[in-house]
Amino acid sequence: MSLQAMTYLVVGLTFALYLGIAFWSRAGSTKEFYVAGGGVHPVINGMATGADWMSAASFISMAGMIGYMGYGGALFLMGWTGGYVLLAMLLAPYLRKFGKYTVPDFFKSRYYSNTATVVAVICLLVASTTYIIGQMTGVGVAFSRFLGVSSQMGVIIGMAIVFVYAVFGGMKGITYTQVAQYCVLILAYTIPAIFISLQLTGNPIPQLGLGGHYVGSDMALLTKLDHIVNDLGFGKYTTAVPGSKLNMFVYTVSLMIGTAGLPHVIIRFFTVPKVKDARSSAGWALVFIAILYTTAPSVAAMARLNLHATINTEVKSGGDIFAPEASISYDTRPEWMKRWEVTGLLKFEDKNGDGRIQYYNDTSKNPEFLAKAEAAGWKGSELTVNNDIMVLANPEIAKLPNWVIALVAAGGLAAALSTAAGLLLAIASAISHDLLKNMLMKDLSEKGELMAGRIAMACAIVVAGYLGMYPPDFAAGTVAIAFGLAASSIFPALMMGIFSKTMNKQGAIAGMIAGLGFTMIYVFAHTGIFYIQGTEYWQIFGKKDFFFGISPNAIGAIGAVVNFAVAFAVKNMTTPVPDHIAAMVESVRIPKGAGGAVDH
Amino acid sequence: MEKTQELYWKKVLGLIRNVLIVWFLCSYGAGIMFAGALDKIKLGGYPLGFWFAQQGSIYIFVALIFIYAKLMGKIDEEFDVAED
Repeated sequence: MSLQAMTYLVVGLTFALYLGIAFWSRAGSTKEFYVAGGGVHPVINGMATGADWMSAASFISMAGMIGYMGYGGALFLMGWTGGYVLLAMLLAPYLRKFGKYTVPDFFKSRYYSNTATVVAVICLLVASTTYIIGQMTGVGVAFSRFLGVSSQMGVIIGMAIVFVYAVFGGMKGITYTQVAQYCVLILAYTIPAIFISLQLTGNPIPQLGLGGHYVGSDMALLTKLDHIVNDLGFGKYTTAVPGSKLNMFVYTVSLMIGTAGLPHVIIRFFTVPKVKDARSSAGWALVFIAILYTTAPSVAAMARLNLHATINTEVKSGGDIFAPEASISYDTRPEWMKRWEVTGLLKFEDKNGDGRIQYYNDTSKNPEFLAKAEAAGWKGSELTVNNDIMVLANPEIAKLPNWVIALVAAGGLAAALSTAAGLLLAIASAISHDLLKNMLMKDLSEKGELMAGRIAMACAIVVAGYLGMYPPDFAAGTVAIAFGLAASSIFPALMMGIFSKTMNKQGAIAGMIAGLGFTMIYVFAHTGIFYIQGTEYWQIFGKKDFFFGISPNAIGAIGAVVNFAVAFAVKNMTTPVPDHIAAMVESVRIPKGAGGAVDH
Repeated sequence: MEKTQELYWKKVLGLIRNVLIVWFLCSYGAGIMFAGALDKIKLGGYPLGFWFAQQGSIYIFVALIFIYAKLMGKIDEEFDVAED
């Protein structure tokens, strides 16, 4: 069977499965729509949280970014797993004890104010929409390759499918479809990794293969890779850092606390039966996430090695990479390159007119390397490879069987769709439940609430899809910005709500506004106002990354510090928290007496 | 009752602090700040700092959550505040 037919078949089958489950368990009442009727087992909940969590950013984009960044890419790995430790200890059990549907519900009671709720909803919407922009970018990559269209066209097709998908199920449809999606995406991620690890190191376990020896040599795989990228003018793979160690540190903090502040993850812990389960549920979620996250570094390094080895035939043997015949000729390029050229995400430009592809770091600062490249007649790197295509192209580069390539396409789509659906649900509930039903239109019927939620979803998809065509960064980068926004706004307010009995509404509101405001100003300076290209204004601050060299993707951690500081300062100047709120905080700290998730 | 609740909360905070110390040392410590020095030690083909950053931290995070959940269960029982 041809690759195209095989891809259609596998993607078609998995889609039929998800839609079947979603349709079959269609949400009936609003309660089911939001929390799946309560009572989901911690292991099942963990698996669904895993699928919800591992989005296009984790599946499609992350390994490509790590491959490109090398060691420093660890900030994604630690950032997107370490946050679960915070979530399990600082938030999940207490929010579960609180017994509400949504994050804004918590703000409404704990900060006894509609203003606090509205501010929280705005923070949620800004973070979630940014997140979906990243997802739509990933959806675009997956669909463009799958259907052989441009990446922009891929986004448009993806928008339609995400919409149908999210509108049909509520959380219930989503919980069980997500278990199915988890299975598809984890198989799709690990199977090619096992094949490639075997090819390159002879070890079938990718986590061990990465620490193993490069096949047919007595050199460690990572040492070999260090040599290869160094020879091509890039920084050493095992030590390369994004910007500075400080930036890497802050970036990791931002992703970790953002994890504990994103509504679509937190909402998961409202659906477990007991407080005790909320704690272990976070652990189970991380187990399922860790399977992918510990495989990703192997995928990253091996894809990088294979890519260089494909373009320059002397890389493997360690021969003269500057020899004219070492670079492959464009006419004999492999099929996978042709397929990706159609999407516009892989481009070749013959700068020196020799009909061969030279791929190296032409911005290298190493004079010795630059002299060699010039002597060889290289006039700039001629291949542009979008980082977001690496995971999907990886099995093709490694010449794996067609069914594996098809499975990876299906997995990428599953990852992107499941997370987009979870986020859309968070947006829908923030608008229809928290804003309309609880504040603006108290007599809204159940039907009206569902309808409002669906309209909100549709608007969010259109906005995110449009921005996703011209994204501020690669999918993982855009998602990192979303985490920064959540880290600077939601997380501090939630934490202070539980761990400080004296935090009052004025402090929380001022903190959220300051944290989010600071982060948005810094991010938009680099990416454009609301990510619209051409409206960047970093120039007025003199240079990019003007705050101690910290990148906009990492600034959320500083925003969180601003949030905490402003909140405590304002608290000390305003009226103290009422007694019944302090008593409520006391009771939230103790598991005993937690009711079901749905009755309040 | 007031007293026991205060003591309970103190114990909970102590546990959280201890877990966070390990959490910080393995990721930000071994994985970032001291990665350069640790890289001189090899774990198979892995430089150790690199391993902590791209593998080890994640395993330790998983273990930490389950250890925390278990110890919290014990504290809950001790103070008789577990759910029925």
